[in-house]
Amino acid sequence: MSQYRIFLISLLAAIVAGCASTSIPDPEAGDGSMDSSGDGSSSSGFEDRSAFGGEDVPFEGSDAAMTMIIYFDFDQSDLKPQYADLLARHANRLSNNSAARIRLEGHADERGSREYNIGLGERRSQAVRRMLLIQGATTSQISTVSFGEERPAAFGSNEESYALNRRVEIKYLN
Amino acid sequence: MIRVTTMQEAFKRCFAAGVLTLLASQATAELQIEITQGAGKRAPVAVVPFGWEGSDASAPLNVAGVIGADLQRSGRFGPIPEEDMLQKPTTGVEVDFDDWSILGVEAVIIGRVTQTGANAYSVQFQLFDVFRREQLVGYRMPASRGTVRLVAHRAADMIFEKLTGIQGVFATKIAYVTAQQDSGNRIYTLVVSDADGENEHTIMESTDPIMSPAWSPDGRRLAYVSFEGHKSSVFVQTVRTGNRIKVSSRTGINGAPAFSPDGRNLVLTLGGADGNLDIHVMDLSTRDVTRLTTSRAIDTEGSWSPDGKQIYFTSDRSGGPQVYRIDASGGTPERITFEGSYNARPRLSPDGKKLAMVHLDRGNYRIGVLDLDSGNFLVLSSGRQDESPSFAPNSDTLIYATRQGQNGVLETVSADGLIRQRMGSGGADVREPVWSPFPRP
Repeated sequence: MSQYRIFLISLLAAIVAGCASTSIPDPEAGDGSMDSSGDGSSSSGFEDRSAFGGEDVPFEGSDAAMTMIIYFDFDQSDLKPQYADLLARHANRLSNNSAARIRLEGHADERGSREYNIGLGERRSQAVRRMLLIQGATTSQISTVSFGEERPAAFGSNEESYALNRRVEIKYLN
Repeated sequence: MIRVTTMQEAFKRCFAAGVLTLLASQATAELQIEITQGAGKRAPVAVVPFGWEGSDASAPLNVAGVIGADLQRSGRFGPIPEEDMLQKPTTGVEVDFDDWSILGVEAVIIGRVTQTGANAYSVQFQLFDVFRREQLVGYRMPASRGTVRLVAHRAADMIFEKLTGIQGVFATKIAYVTAQQDSGNRIYTLVVSDADGENEHTIMESTDPIMSPAWSPDGRRLAYVSFEGHKSSVFVQTVRTGNRIKVSSRTGINGAPAFSPDGRNLVLTLGGADGNLDIHVMDLSTRDVTRLTTSRAIDTEGSWSPDGKQIYFTSDRSGGPQVYRIDASGGTPERITFEGSYNARPRLSPDGKKLAMVHLDRGNYRIGVLDLDSGNFLVLSSGRQDESPSFAPNSDTLIYATRQGQNGVLETVSADGLIRQRMGSGGADVREPVWSPFPRP
């Protein structure tokens, strides 16, 4: 599965989650988002995307449990150009709602030493944080945490899993 | 969900249920040892089944079995099978050296366990040199059902030291972290066991990750990182009581704790709101923190020299991670490793002569050991993703985590790389082993 496809699926999952704002948000939805972006919901969601006919995501209010995942290359914390729009939307959402709070959860793949990987995960969440701050979010809205390799999204010891694990998850806290 | 368990509770649960349960729990111990590589020739020795005198039907433990297993595990000795023994003496006067010479046995260990009370025993052992026909050491120790295994390991330590000149580590402990999937949740535990993997106790359990356990120099406390509440914090927990103190929970990263050799300070990594990981030293009595490094790079995984004067750490200030050294009072860091593109998580041997680390070796993460005097560098492991090296307190052996299929397992290797053993797991992902200091009386 290409990273771009995963990105689109994740985006879609978030749109779906965002639209379902009347339902009770599942606080664990974020943790399962990688799994749920698998075969079942993801392919139908992908089809639905064209039915929506656009990707302007309106801010749904404080109960929208929205999760986004940004992926990174090996040993890199540079933000890939493909995430520019996504991050701009998040920054916009934050700057339009000063009460909104997010936590950026940085992750690394399993290779190498664990505490150094905590550092790599933090470097990634800080890259996302800086981008959001530049675009109008404020420091009090964003907290960061790095789980290093301790919370893998995929458990395989192969490049496919590593690519899914080198990530930052954006979690809205309210 | 977090559960902190005391060793006392665990002991009570274990022993209240009786000896049968105790044996059953030993049979399902998570770590099982398999010697995967031994030194060329093992010295043949005989550990004769110990005598038993008491009102109970049998001794509380097969002490000779534990001693024999310890010697076998050392990789240096090959205990002969019981059925090959021509005699089974339990007192010194019964030993017939000719019988043992015929078998080519170099040393004979005999002993007896005597019941002295309802839960009181005396464990006596003697070690004989078959060629010189003399006793090398003889000792008697009091024991209870709860301590008899430790007493057996201590006997093995004395025997090992007499025969090799190296202090034994059979009576030491290890701590490690496990991760297991349990109905949708990932459960992380911090476990303390004997060095042979037996007698294990979970001292902390959480649905959030647990990382980086580190022993206090007196072996009574463990510092570790816990992510409870979606942030990293450093805790110090007293192993026996389960009491724990959150010593650092600042904004950003709180990680990689290690006690100073005098137990007064903790080196740790703090990241702050901007995520610039630097090495800090905390005075544990005042909680005052001194920042040692200021580089914009990742500086982490601090480890004290045995004299407490210097701190080795990982930094990627030169690009990739390498090991640096800084005075514990501050100053300019000096780069220590130059071999290869990735050297991280330095750990000093207790004698201060060797530096173990995670080393990228032709695409594989392995355990490397740098001899600090000669500069010789030795790759000691052969896995694809080996990590978390930790020296035994005698500096003669290391323990580290390696992969077996999808799971982490533990391996020990002699510092010369010749003797290797695997401690297999029963399904859990086992990682981050740390070897305790020598027990203090």
